[in-house]
Amino acid sequence: MSSETKQILTTDGIPLEISLKKAERKNKIKAFLLVAPLLLFLIITYIFPIGEMFTRSIDDKMITNMLPKTFKSMETWDGKELPSEEVFVSFLSDFKILVEKKEHGKLAQRLNKEKNGFNTITKKLFRQVKRNKIDETQSIKEQIMKVHKRWRNVEYWQAIKRTAPPYTSAKYLKAMDMYLNEDNKITQVSEDRRIHRILWLRTVEVAFFVTVFCFLMGYPIAHLLATLPMKYSNLLMICVLLPFWTSLLVRTASWMILLQQQGVVNDFFVMIGLVADDNRPEMMYNKVGTYVAMTQILLPFMVLPLYSVMKTISPSLMRAGKSLGGTPFVAFWKVYFPLTIPGIGAGCLLVFILAIGYYITPALVGGASGTLISNQIAYHMKTTLDWSFASAMGLMLLGGVLVIYWLYNKLVGVDNIKLG
Amino acid sequence: MALPKYTETRYRIWHYFYIAICTFVFIFLIAPLFVIFPLSFNAEEFLVFSEGMKNLDPDAFSLRWYKDMVYGTKNPWGLAAKNSFIIAIFATLGSVILGTVAALGLSSRHMPFKGIIMATLISPMIVPLIISGVAIFFFMAKAGLAATHTGIVLAHIILGTPFVVITVTATLSGFDHSVTRAAASLGSNPVNTFMKVTLPLILPGVISGGLFAFVTSFDEVVVVLFLAGLENTTIPIQMWTGLREQLSPTILAVATCLIVLSTLILISAELLRRRSERLRGINR
Repeated sequence: MSSETKQILTTDGIPLEISLKKAERKNKIKAFLLVAPLLLFLIITYIFPIGEMFTRSIDDKMITNMLPKTFKSMETWDGKELPSEEVFVSFLSDFKILVEKKEHGKLAQRLNKEKNGFNTITKKLFRQVKRNKIDETQSIKEQIMKVHKRWRNVEYWQAIKRTAPPYTSAKYLKAMDMYLNEDNKITQVSEDRRIHRILWLRTVEVAFFVTVFCFLMGYPIAHLLATLPMKYSNLLMICVLLPFWTSLLVRTASWMILLQQQGVVNDFFVMIGLVADDNRPEMMYNKVGTYVAMTQILLPFMVLPLYSVMKTISPSLMRAGKSLGGTPFVAFWKVYFPLTIPGIGAGCLLVFILAIGYYITPALVGGASGTLISNQIAYHMKTTLDWSFASAMGLMLLGGVLVIYWLYNKLVGVDNIKLG
Repeated sequence: MALPKYTETRYRIWHYFYIAICTFVFIFLIAPLFVIFPLSFNAEEFLVFSEGMKNLDPDAFSLRWYKDMVYGTKNPWGLAAKNSFIIAIFATLGSVILGTVAALGLSSRHMPFKGIIMATLISPMIVPLIISGVAIFFFMAKAGLAATHTGIVLAHIILGTPFVVITVTATLSGFDHSVTRAAASLGSNPVNTFMKVTLPLILPGVISGGLFAFVTSFDEVVVVLFLAGLENTTIPIQMWTGLREQLSPTILAVATCLIVLSTLILISAELLRRRSERLRGINR
């Protein structure tokens, strides 16, 4: 009885609790509707295509669709000896359809990737089929085996069977310089062909050292900017913000001019007698160029978060540390430095994430020894057109970045990203 | 940064060392931009300072590369500049509208799944550009928008909105919501309230987000490289091809113009930031 009398009613006679909940739900829907257009737009044009990269990277349906009957009859084959007559019959019928559709070339190409030698024997079989030399009334197995001795070799039939699954991890293995061998075991490619692992390592190495350089250079100037009086620090801030707002390509171009053999930096080294005029070091088209240019380009991303954290640290803390008997170094190390750790985390992870996906600058000043994994992705997208391989490498890179991003979120929080 | 008189010698030395490091870093940051400036007025075709330039001989300087940039035969810069501006303006408009509206929703305390939605909305900023480029290319190719202005504008909206979302949510975090309630109690409808009350107050944040979106689009090359055909060439694409093939002084003339543009953008961004801080100060 008492609870009923205490229940507050709105003017419409609805209990207040229900009315509030209703309003709450309405507000929720309203807020969501505001976000919905952008969210939908991004999901359709961006998130979904990234998912498509995944299906593309593992997709291996081409042969599965080309030889449906063959794979059906291969299901019962143990793969140790030559397959039965039935497999040969269905293979021939699949092959005839491909010849009609003029797709046998594609088949040969793809099978040749699986095992060398398919090109020749597929061509030979094609000629026999074209001339109607194969007599359907006799044993197809015998006739195909006569076309070329490799058709008698069980390894080639095993290779065909390996292409049966519609999905493959081959592209991911390739990106790690590995492949599946005849026994379905992961094997490393021969040492002279291991190029991707070097690129991954180099990408991580460059990103790591660029982050370290940015930290070493960014920390002192962020400190200076945060401690100087406003009117000086505003002026010096321009030195950080102007490069930040300037086109990436402009900055890369200026480094190309500075670092070339007849460039200003080399001129300066000759002038102060560091190097001989006829022995100017090559500073561009190698790792030195990549490091120098990337450090300068990414430095503002280190300085800005550091600055915004340092700005909030009261100078009286350092004075207190000193007055309690600490030397300036001790006061700095025990008081100031720990307070700047959030800024360090934000700056380092921001720079690292940006550096690990860098493309333009390494491509222009990096030369052959300065190219990174992103250059390889672009190369496969634009030149070899192996889009599934590019997708696989892209997703591996994305996986790495997401791990770092997750760390960043744990340590600093995404909401704390500050711009300018 | 004057040191007190009682400072010990070793700290004095350390202090000057610190100042020296900072000077070096500031020069490292800003000097590369100033190298381009004089070289773009070079009378000769080489990208090094000639003897004449070192002696400040007036004959060693000329405007010929600027003339080449504007009037040069079969010069791509005119078309590139036109495309760049058109694409950047439309991309900025799109980003600002979508981003601001989304930020309004995100700042509401009623917003469900705030964390994951925020992460999705700003993901184009975190995902390396090369991956965004591949993904967006796949979409545009399927939608038949590759090698069209529309496709590039849409791609740049994707890349630009995170900046707008971040700056506008930051501005809204200091926003006093009682003013919108006051407007509502005085009989204003939500759209009117937004246009007359909220928007003027968050305008600095909106514009600075727009500036970020503009610069992102204007300077973007990775995604455009995948999407652009010959007709859609932009300034960054032309610079990229120029830098890959041969470094001509005309590129430096273009670069100088871009530096002037970025200086203007920097100044407006700074003014906006200060204005925004002032406005937020009043609200507190």
